[in-house]
Amino acid sequence: MKAAKTVAQPVVAQNRSHGLESRTNQDRLTRFVVYAIISLVAVAYVFPLYWMVVTALKTDVEIFRVPPSLLPESPQWQNFPLSTTYIPFWQYMWNTMVISALTILGMVVSSAFIAYGFARVRWPGRNLVFMAYLSTIMLPAQVTLIPLYIIFRQFGWVGTILPLVIPAFFGNALYVFLLRQFFMTIPNELTDAARIDGASELGIFSRIMLPLLKPALATVALFTFVATYRDFLGPLIYLTDQSQWTISLGLQMFKNMYGAQWQLMMAAATITMIPTVVLFFLTQRTFIEGIALTGIKG
Amino acid sequence: MATAVAPRRHSGWTKKQQRALLTGLAFISPAILGVIFFAAWPIVQSFYYSFTYYNVLQPPFFIGLDNYRDLASDRVFGIAVRNTLYMVLIGLPVHLVFDFLMALLLNMRIRGLSIYRTIFYLPSITPVVASVIVWLWLFNGQYGVLNEVVGWFGVQPIGWLTDPRYTKPSLIFMGLWFGGNTILIYLAGLRDVPVSLLEAAELDGAGALRKTWHVTLPMVSPVIFYTLIINVIGYFQYFTEAWVLTATRDGAAGGPLNSMLFYAMYLYQTAFQQFKMGYASAQAWVLFLIVLLATVIVFRTSGWVYYRSEE
Repeated sequence: MKAAKTVAQPVVAQNRSHGLESRTNQDRLTRFVVYAIISLVAVAYVFPLYWMVVTALKTDVEIFRVPPSLLPESPQWQNFPLSTTYIPFWQYMWNTMVISALTILGMVVSSAFIAYGFARVRWPGRNLVFMAYLSTIMLPAQVTLIPLYIIFRQFGWVGTILPLVIPAFFGNALYVFLLRQFFMTIPNELTDAARIDGASELGIFSRIMLPLLKPALATVALFTFVATYRDFLGPLIYLTDQSQWTISLGLQMFKNMYGAQWQLMMAAATITMIPTVVLFFLTQRTFIEGIALTGIKG
Repeated sequence: MATAVAPRRHSGWTKKQQRALLTGLAFISPAILGVIFFAAWPIVQSFYYSFTYYNVLQPPFFIGLDNYRDLASDRVFGIAVRNTLYMVLIGLPVHLVFDFLMALLLNMRIRGLSIYRTIFYLPSITPVVASVIVWLWLFNGQYGVLNEVVGWFGVQPIGWLTDPRYTKPSLIFMGLWFGGNTILIYLAGLRDVPVSLLEAAELDGAGALRKTWHVTLPMVSPVIFYTLIINVIGYFQYFTEAWVLTATRDGAAGGPLNSMLFYAMYLYQTAFQQFKMGYASAQAWVLFLIVLLATVIVFRTSGWVYYRSEE
């Protein structure tokens, strides 16, 4: 018995999984319970999204019916276009996309630069400085919130998107950490050869490293997009002019102004969620690998 | 360049090392500037403002420790502190334990993992405001589906967001829905546990529970530690969910009896609705010290974290 197990080990190890092997009745029972719990939680997780879409398709009378029905009587598709007329929806969407695009640009370029300096150039004191830099992740945003507001106000930037976009061009410790992990996996031989041929450090960075780093840069771009798209506090403080509002601010106003029009609010919420959901389905692997990287070795 | 004329072993570094230092610093210069402009300098300024009366329109006026003295007797501030501690001490453990249990289950070689992973992760990437508006509808006292569900079990309708006794538990309940990110971090950590170790434990006759307790938990403890630190800091800054749930048309927020007024919300109101920048800065500094203290406590009590050797 013991010998058989030892032989089987490499195969199991390849699967990188362990735990339940439905051999006995007890195992089968455990397995059933596991599936039952996971499925139950999964249904609970999906339900709010399902309910959002169903409510968006009901009439303004139907939403207040007790008990509520699980499906709309006849789907009110016009609720979706209608919901975008209550607030300047597409204007807000455009504003959000502009801020996201500029933030992504700044974040990807600066973080790649910084990560290269921490991963591929050997300089005295590097690891100490890197640890100090990483510790800035732990700084609560509230501490710098007020002085930054006052500084940006003196610049005349309050009421513009600059306070939201410009800081991105100075990098972010978490993304630097993530890119550094990738940089470290690239073998030294590649860059050494280029150095012998007389390539400058900047040339090595842009011609050899960046192309290899594309998947990691995509991860940073994705995370930055999601973070910017979800941001609420930043726009709330700085976008004082309604014409510049992001979609999050717009939805919040929708809620405060037309709070009883649940079917329209759900329709607007659904449209707002679509870009991130579509993006996730197109780039699942990049997301999952990115999360694994931020968590492990953190 | 001055370094070119300097003696070969200037300050113990070779020429090559000096060049590397300059190149390295050049590459990380955005980070250096960023830390100075967006972290270090603002922290110092915030410390100064905390001793002033400052309404943005007139220059700051030095008032010594008055702001800190006011904080000590500010009843609403006390409520915000207590509510925030409630989330850190109760909400945070509930969330991390739930997330870890879900990750454990997902790690049991189940079929359809990628579907479950997607389902759990989606709420973590959808815009918070949109999600919270959906929850506002679910929580609705009269027409909300949650009260319909509890009604099946003979429970009277609950004032999820209107009864001060239930508001914070409601927030914690809603927070379970945003756990996907942490679940996936845990799952990645669990996948990294060497199979050989688990099998060795199995050979020694350990059951599933003992294997989890004595092998899996120590092996993923660095990941747990990471999520603990990040979330402790995050929960002290809890803002958007409660703000969107409770904000009214005239800008008030905090829910019934301020039972959903959290530290960051009160700070925001003080700074950007009442324009008491000095008083808000004092709050920011107190928060900074609290978070620092909490982080130190977590680090000091991290004897349970097991680090594998690098090799």
